Amino acid sequence: METLFFAIITLVAVVSAILVITCKNPINSALSLILTFFCLATYYVMLDAPFMAAVQVMVYAGAIMVLIVFVIMLLNVRVDAHKKQTHKVALGCIIGLFTLINTAFLIFKSRAAMPMGPYNGSIIKQIGHTELIGKEMFTTFLLPFEITSILLLVAIIGAVILAKKKI
Amino acid sequence: MENLNSYLIVSAILFSIGTIGVLTRKNAIVMFMCIELMLNAVNLTFVAFSRYLGNLDGQVFVFFVMTVAAAEAAVGLALMIAFYNNRESIDVDDVNLMKW
Repeated sequence: METLFFAIITLVAVVSAILVITCKNPINSALSLILTFFCLATYYVMLDAPFMAAVQVMVYAGAIMVLIVFVIMLLNVRVDAHKKQTHKVALGCIIGLFTLINTAFLIFKSRAAMPMGPYNGSIIKQIGHTELIGKEMFTTFLLPFEITSILLLVAIIGAVILAKKKI
Repeated sequence: MENLNSYLIVSAILFSIGTIGVLTRKNAIVMFMCIELMLNAVNLTFVAFSRYLGNLDGQVFVFFVMTVAAAEAAVGLALMIAFYNNRESIDVDDVNLMKW
């Protein structure tokens, strides 16, 4: 049952990802990308990470995609004209397929290490995923978490400066 | 729970599709969305490994990737708006001021 569900979600994710790169209209690409993000959130739920799924839907499908769709509509870009670009498409597809073959070869050739941490499925369900993530983030990863705030500050200032006409 | 390899293969497929999109499209916003797709494929790998190895560090890394993606979205889209104000286009072929 779960395998069937996994197959269906994989099909939807791959098809919508292909639609992202083939649609002529950027709005259609953005909507397909949102569908892919929802599929990824489903994967996170299947991997016992419900908090990551919620963050995926809220931050990616909510905030970032709304920003992108907003910019697409603000700029009102015309739909791509039919230009001849077959060489470029062929070269890009070859490089992409090479990436895929290379990765698949490495995945099937190598074996992951045995499970070593204490957090298996029953412990995650018993304590709660959000609590475990919070503990990890505010103890082991406290310094990177604080540095993240500086990154966000830089992004805010940069966006405001770039979007202004006169500084 | 499915085994680890199926998640890794899905992630590899999504990453390759994102690569193809970045290399073949000319619209800067679509290229940007393809980069987001690649970042999400990597996130899926992080979460799958984290669950499989029983270690939550990977999921914390996903948070940092999401933060960087949000900052990138803000700055990148501001750059595109600035470029559109100058050139009336967001085609990457029009970014040729420094082309020799």
